[in-house]
Amino acid sequence: MTPTNSWWDWDHAAAVLPSLLLDGFKITVLATVLGTLIALVLGLVVAIVRRSSPAIINAPVTWVVEFIRMTPLVVQLVFANLVLSPYVDSTLAIGIWVLGIHYTTYMAEVYRAGIDSVPVGQWEAATALSLPRVRTWRAVVVPQAIRNTLPALGNYAISMFKETPFFVVIYIPELVRVAQNYGAHNFRYTEAITLAGLIFLAASYPTSLLIRRLEKKLA
Amino acid sequence: MDGVIGFIQDLGPNLQLVLDRMPMILDGVFITLLASVLGAALALVIAFVFGLALLAKNVLVRGVARVFVEFFRGTSLVVQLFWLAFVLPQLPYPMGFQLDPLLVGVLALGLNYGAYAAEVVRGSIGSVPTGQYEAISALSLSPARGMFRIVIPQAWALMLPSLSNLWIQLLKGSAIVGTVTLYDLFFQVEQLRDRTGTWFAYSFALLAYYLIAWLIVILMNGLEIRAKHQIGRGPALKESWRSLFRAPGSTPGGGRTARVVRERAAVKAGTAGEGGLA
Repeated sequence: MTPTNSWWDWDHAAAVLPSLLLDGFKITVLATVLGTLIALVLGLVVAIVRRSSPAIINAPVTWVVEFIRMTPLVVQLVFANLVLSPYVDSTLAIGIWVLGIHYTTYMAEVYRAGIDSVPVGQWEAATALSLPRVRTWRAVVVPQAIRNTLPALGNYAISMFKETPFFVVIYIPELVRVAQNYGAHNFRYTEAITLAGLIFLAASYPTSLLIRRLEKKLA
Repeated sequence: MDGVIGFIQDLGPNLQLVLDRMPMILDGVFITLLASVLGAALALVIAFVFGLALLAKNVLVRGVARVFVEFFRGTSLVVQLFWLAFVLPQLPYPMGFQLDPLLVGVLALGLNYGAYAAEVVRGSIGSVPTGQYEAISALSLSPARGMFRIVIPQAWALMLPSLSNLWIQLLKGSAIVGTVTLYDLFFQVEQLRDRTGTWFAYSFALLAYYLIAWLIVILMNGLEIRAKHQIGRGPALKESWRSLFRAPGSTPGGGRTARVVRERAAVKAGTAGEGGLA
């Protein structure tokens, strides 16, 4: 196959870049931020439930968490979209919730390790002061647990960012979908997909450097 | 005949349909297994080559490895997959390859997760205690021999839980290869959907992936137990066969992330190495 024009065409690059940044990247970032918020909150809830409930609640929760962790996000996305699309208008909302819940299971593990890392003495002190259960969690355990978990949580936020392209399977116009659409319409994938990759690199590399610095600072 | 009620009503005929279509589904399972096993093999090779290069004394070697790893970690699996499938064929003459879809899938999975695994290899080799390196020079073993006989066997036991997690990530990532016309398990399940309805088809898909993931977990747990036993840090497989069925996130050590979080807390509390309770 000999291409008739040069393999890298700046005109195409210039034509696709605005829509990559304005449409695609915007949705990618939105999905990452909202998905991270969902995972941060639900993950903490799941971790606390797993730590403080009897086996009869704990066992099914554990199983659901393991099941979500060990099955593909892609399948979950398509499944949820097919099931929910008659009731929910926005495919993006479905995608964000699926992504958020998928990562909830990862972040719950991180929180759990953080909770386990709170010294037993702190629990004993809370009991000695006869703090109520809710207050023990809120004022004693969670603040100490979260500090150590920040870098790990940040790393999962970055992986979430890099997994938003899985949204292509439910046709959400995030970065890669926009690039693919451009390629399909103009028969020029080179510029669109290469630029999409570079945008990911440009956004995720500095963030992971920041997190590495945070990790050093907290250690 | 959809929804949860339809799922239960049609369960019998749907299971019959799955049996009828078993050859197709097995084709899909085969492709999924092939892509994830070959992808993992490629990832392992890349992980060791670049993981060791990341630790090299030579700045140039280290720099090249760092750029490679950050590039493939930073640009997202789907982009790499699409780049290999759609952009590579458009490159000018000596470069314009139209790769076989299986090769596209294996390369993308292997390069992406290999880059992540390279960091795991680097971290594990780096966390082998300095005393072991001193012992190598005290025994005047050559650096290469020391690496392969002393350092790597210890690091291998350390890196297996993380590699196991990554392999499951890779398996889950492989469900996207249908988009580059590789007809894997997920693709075949989607074919099933128009006859059996959404709930049945996708429950079947999730369960199938879950079972395959467990195969990987059991295999990797076995390797981990064996590796630990061989360096004298744990019971033999026949004494602890129960821990074969341990979920990757719920190991007593708690997987890498959990361990890192706990160790960091221990360091800060000044209780590192004292077993936690001060």
